[in-house]
Amino acid sequence: MSAVLAPLLGWSFAAAMASVPFLFPDPYLLAVLTSAGIFIIGAISLNLLLGYTGQLSLGHAAFFGLGAYASALATLGFDIAIGFGLRLRLDPQPVWVGFLSAVVVAGLFGWLLGRLAFRVRGAYFVIITICFAQVLRMVSLNWVELTQGPMALTGIPPFALWLPGQGVVELTSKPQTYWLVLGVAVLAFLIVRQIVRSRIGRALVALRENETLARSVGIRVTHYLVIATVVSAGIAGAAGSLFAHYVRIIDPDVFLFIYTVTMVIMVVTGGKGTLWGPVVGGLIFGLLPDMLRGAARPEAQWIAYGLAMILLVMFLPRGIVPAFTGLLAGRRARVVLPAAAAREAAE
Amino acid sequence: MTVPLLQVEHVMVQIGGLVAVSDLSFMVNEGEVVSLIGPNGAGKTTAFNAITGYMRPRRGAVRFAGRDIIGLSPERIAALGLVRSFQRTSIFGACTVFDNALTALHLRGRSGLLGAFLALPGTRREEALLRGEAMAMLDFVGLAARAGLRADSLAYGEQRRLGIALAAAATPRLLLLDEPAAGLNPSETAECMALIRQLRDRGTTVLLVEHDMAMVMRISDRVVVLNQGRIIADGPPETIRQDPEVIRAYLGGAPLGGHHAAA
Repeated sequence: MSAVLAPLLGWSFAAAMASVPFLFPDPYLLAVLTSAGIFIIGAISLNLLLGYTGQLSLGHAAFFGLGAYASALATLGFDIAIGFGLRLRLDPQPVWVGFLSAVVVAGLFGWLLGRLAFRVRGAYFVIITICFAQVLRMVSLNWVELTQGPMALTGIPPFALWLPGQGVVELTSKPQTYWLVLGVAVLAFLIVRQIVRSRIGRALVALRENETLARSVGIRVTHYLVIATVVSAGIAGAAGSLFAHYVRIIDPDVFLFIYTVTMVIMVVTGGKGTLWGPVVGGLIFGLLPDMLRGAARPEAQWIAYGLAMILLVMFLPRGIVPAFTGLLAGRRARVVLPAAAAREAAE
Repeated sequence: MTVPLLQVEHVMVQIGGLVAVSDLSFMVNEGEVVSLIGPNGAGKTTAFNAITGYMRPRRGAVRFAGRDIIGLSPERIAALGLVRSFQRTSIFGACTVFDNALTALHLRGRSGLLGAFLALPGTRREEALLRGEAMAMLDFVGLAARAGLRADSLAYGEQRRLGIALAAAATPRLLLLDEPAAGLNPSETAECMALIRQLRDRGTTVLLVEHDMAMVMRISDRVVVLNQGRIIADGPPETIRQDPEVIRAYLGGAPLGGHHAAA
C-alpha cells in the first residue's frame, strides 16, 4: 500500500468503527465489540514482542492480569499487613490513577521479566513467561488479604472521564465504554506504529532477523529487547485495566493460559509482524465466538477453531494481512516487470 | 611512534578442550590493508571472533586504539569503531535492501523512545539524514537499483556485497572482513577488490581473512600468516611470497600466488 493511501484507510477504518454505536445501536453488539477491542489491545501489545522481536511470550496474560489487579486495587483501596507489624494502606483512588498504575505496574514487571528472561532466549524464554503467569495466578489465588483470592475483587468502579463542560462523568453506557476502548486501541496502535517505524523498531526487527549481525552493527540486544517488553507489558496492562473497569469483577482467572493463547492466535492468524495483523485477527477471533453462539454448541465451536487454525497455518503461514498485501504487491510487480526487464536489458 | 590501531598480543583461544588459537600476536596500523591468511582450520575466524567480542580469549590482550577491549560485548566494540563482516552471508533477509542499510546505520543515530512516540523534529531530521546516508552507501556498493527488493532475493554476489556494505555503513575506523570474496567469480572478485580499495581511500583501515591468494597479494599492504594457531610470518606480500616456511605450510611447495597468475 502506498504511503498516502495506508494511513487514509486506517483512519477511515477507525472512523467507521467509531460510528458503529450510531449505525447499529444494539447493546449486545457493542458489548461483544468492546470485549473484542480489549483483547485486540492485548494482541497489539503481544505483536510488538512476538511479531517484531520474534520472542514468543506465552505469559502475556500475566501483564493483562497485573494491569487488571493493579487498577482494581488502586480504585478499591487496600489495607494489608506487610510483615514486621507494618501495614500498607491505600485509600480508594480515582479511576485514572488506577489506569496509570496498571500501565506502570505491568511495565515494571515487564522490565523485570525482560532483564531476567532475555539472558535465556528461545524455548527458555517461553518457559519463563509461562511460569511467570502461573506464579502470578498462584499469588492472586492465595494472597487473600489483598486479592480476595477466588472470592474475586468485586464492586470495581466503572471508568470515569473528565469531559469538558460536564466534569467527571462515569462511563456506564455501552457506547461510552465502547468509544473509550476504541480510543485506547487507536492509541496502542499508534504507539506500536511509531516504535516500529523508528530506529528502535529497526533494531528490534534486526534482532529477530539476525542477532549476530545486529550485534556486529552495534545494536544492544538486551537494551532493545527490554524496551520492547516494557512497552508491550505496559499496553497489555492498560488492556487489563480496561477489562477490570468494564467487567467490574476480577478473579485469578485473568491469568489463565487461555487468555494468552487467545492473543497469540489473534496475532498469528492476522499476521505477526504487521501493524494490522492483530486488529484483523482480533476482530475475527473476538467476534466469531459470539456470532456462532446461536449456530453451534461451544464444543463444536472449539473444534471448528482448531480446524480453522490448522488450515490457516497450512495455507497462510504468515497470516491474513501479509497474504493480502502480498497479493496486492504481486499484482503490481507483474505490471511493473516488463518495464524493469527492459531497463535491465538496456543497461 | 603512534599507537597501532589494533594490537593483538599473545592471544590464546580455547573452544571446548581444543586450542583453536595458541599464541597470536600481530598489529594493524591506521590506514593499512592487512590480510590474515592460513590453511583451513588455522584459526582465522576464531581470531576474528576473539577480536570482535564474540569469543573471549583465555589469555592475551586485544587493544583497539590503545584501549583494552577484551570482555567488551560485540555491540560495545562496534560502538568504538571496530566492525566486522561474516564468513557466511549475513544480511537481514526479510527486510528490504534499503532497510538493511538503514539498520546498519544504527550507531549513527541517537533518537530514542520519546523521539519515536512524538515524532520530534530532531528525530525526523536524523531519520532524513540516515535515509540519505543509507542510499549513498547503497550507491557506493552499486546496489542502489536494488534498494526496494527483499535482501534474500538478491543474487549471491550481491548479498556478499550487501554484507560488506552493512559492516562499512557506519564508517568504522577498522573493518574486519571475513572472506569477502568466498564463492565469487573472477569479475565479482575484482569488484570486491575495488570496493575494499575504495573503503581504504575513504579512511577505513581493513583487516581481512581471505583464501583467494591473487587477491590477497594484490590488495594487501601487509600479510600475516597463521598456521595451526600461531603466526608463522608477517610482512609485505613480496616477502611472504618468498618465505620458505609459508610456502611449506601453506601450499606444500609451489610459490604463493603463482598458480593464480593467469587469473
